Amino acid sequence: MAGKTLYDKLWEAHLVTQREDGSALIYIDRQIIHEVTSPQAFEGLRLAGRQPWRTSASVATIDHNVPTTPFKSAADIADDTSRIQVQTLQDNTREFGITEFGIGDVRQGIVHVMAPEQGAVVPGMTVVCGDSHTSTNGALACLAHGIGTSEVEHVLATQTLVAKKMNNMRVSVEGELGAGVTAKDVVLHIIGVIGTAGGTGYALEFAGSAMRSLSMEGRMTVCNMAIEAGARAGMVAVDDVTIDYVKGRPFAPQGADWDKAEAYWRTLVSDADARFDEEVNIDAADIKPQVSWGTSPEMVVPVDANLPDPAAESDEVKRSGMTRAYEYMGLTPGMPVTDIKVDRVFIGSCTNSRIEDLRAAAEVAKGRQKAGSVKQVLVVPGSGLVKQQAEKEGLDKVFVEAGFEWREPGCSMCLAMNPDRLEAGEHCASTSNRNFEGRQGNGGRTHLVSPAMAAAAAVAGHFVDIRELDQA
Amino acid sequence: MEKFVRHDGLVAPLDRANVDTDQIIPKQFLKSIKRTGFGPNLFDEWRYLDEGSPGQDNSVRPVNKDFVLNLPAFQGASVLITRRNFGCGSSREHAPWALMDFGFKAIIAPSFADIFYNNCFKNGLLPIVLSEDNVEALFQAVNGKEGYRLTIDLEGQQVIPESGAALPFEIDEFRKHCLLNGLDEIGLTLNEADAIRAYEKGRMEREPWVFADH
Ligand code: SF4
Repeated sequence: MAGKTLYDKLWEAHLVTQREDGSALIYIDRQIIHEVTSPQAFEGLRLAGRQPWRTSASVATIDHNVPTTPFKSAADIADDTSRIQVQTLQDNTREFGITEFGIGDVRQGIVHVMAPEQGAVVPGMTVVCGDSHTSTNGALACLAHGIGTSEVEHVLATQTLVAKKMNNMRVSVEGELGAGVTAKDVVLHIIGVIGTAGGTGYALEFAGSAMRSLSMEGRMTVCNMAIEAGARAGMVAVDDVTIDYVKGRPFAPQGADWDKAEAYWRTLVSDADARFDEEVNIDAADIKPQVSWGTSPEMVVPVDANLPDPAAESDEVKRSGMTRAYEYMGLTPGMPVTDIKVDRVFIGSCTNSRIEDLRAAAEVAKGRQKAGSVKQVLVVPGSGLVKQQAEKEGLDKVFVEAGFEWREPGCSMCLAMNPDRLEAGEHCASTSNRNFEGRQGNGGRTHLVSPAMAAAAAVAGHFVDIRELDQA
Repeated sequence: MEKFVRHDGLVAPLDRANVDTDQIIPKQFLKSIKRTGFGPNLFDEWRYLDEGSPGQDNSVRPVNKDFVLNLPAFQGASVLITRRNFGCGSSREHAPWALMDFGFKAIIAPSFADIFYNNCFKNGLLPIVLSEDNVEALFQAVNGKEGYRLTIDLEGQQVIPESGAALPFEIDEFRKHCLLNGLDEIGLTLNEADAIRAYEKGRMEREPWVFADH
């Protein structure tokens, strides 16, 4: 019998019942809850007179709607609908006895930053959240994916999900990453190779020596964007990096439990003879710092390239997509990436708002100044704890001295549900994950990059190759 | 979820094809925290002459008197007949929520968009597929007689007009079972509560830390 993949192991360990029609009931260990996709789920429980199956399985926080300027209570949120959603989450979690890291709690932050940080997500878990970037948590060898509002309620009420097993795909990145090449560049490159639908229907395992060389935070950046490659779940096998990351976190097991946990977690790797339905191999040496130029994450090129010519694209659907993207982005085929000027810069989001991301950006910002042509540079830490740590290291001062704005934690300009947004026509160097039309504000033009590349663009006023920053 | 066994109701005709979920419930209303209360904004852009926003007093808004659901004859309608590919577009569950909140129990069309069709069953709304010809005949019947009603017999899988032959329809056995018994997916899963508890017990022994309080 062939060996098992990491996903096979996680699936089997959570199988409650297998039904005849091919669907299955799988047990959900952890549900993470935020204010936008949960209100109807709680209302559903209330209407049906149901209670959560296991309140300790859930952890909630506010992120999508919160302002990133200081505020003390929900009453300080100017936008009515945002304020109501924040207030409602507070009311619901109190009513049902669910832990919430709310306003003023240093643990509050973006769901996918907060959960691993607290150790609320540990290896071997199934993790869901009403948010497609739940795949982030797969970096800890978890089966983690986003769900819809009816399913949020289903998990609250039953602690299970009706699911069908996905296929296995492995993307292996072998070799050493070049200077200036980060986890963000790796995942953007992968999406450029397999396309935004390349992972549809698959559970995606990221493997290879380059992946193992990444820190846990870097792995989270990669798994975060599995969904942008079409895969609902991304994951990385357990190794020392995983174990060291989890140890000592508030929710993590301790004492004898820890030893038992570690022994089990170490088995959470794909067997040497495991069979994958699809395998993709990437040479780390081929990966350069990336910049997305269009309105889909697969429209991405190395920073030292020129923008692609739609006329050279043989697939008609793709060609027309590229033409439409050029129109929306106000760019011309063939122009060098480094000629794209930026109006605003956003450093944050569940992709790149952890302490390492901020350190990388600060290293570039240090001793430099925001270009006069750049209207605003927002630096938004992923959680209160990330913010605290950054301030301890003096990163906030580095940013402020460079003319960047240091903000409170939240999703912010990643999706512009709060006041942070682009004006129509503005180009933004952004460390977030989606460059869809209007994502960062109506008519806004998003370019996805790593934190260091974003900071470099802020300083230069246009994209620059981080590897040649001083000549810029 | 409420049971759906048999329903007799006033029919409203929405003579359009490809009605998408943005038309059913425009995106500005998704910021709501409720699953209910979308009824007044169902087909908002067609029903009202101004642009709607959440939290408005809809009773004072200028109404499009020509829109079918605003006509006096169709007040209290609970069965909607419409044209092909109803519910295309986004996956928002707000679409079936809005239709149900307005008072619809069943939608009859020649075809439905996939996700919308699924979402209906999760919420106890019955989408019925009839042939183009049968739907056309129903449109004519509704337009020819004020107060036209239909009876929907889910058990017997047929739509029964006031006069003429009953129209049979197909439905997945499992979904029919859920509707007839008022079982939502949650209710159904809870039938397996013992299996879930047994599973949990095993896991608690193997991985107690997963179940720790915090
Ligand atoms: S940071 Fe952006 S992508 Fe991440 S959870 Fe928030 S809105 Fe979603």
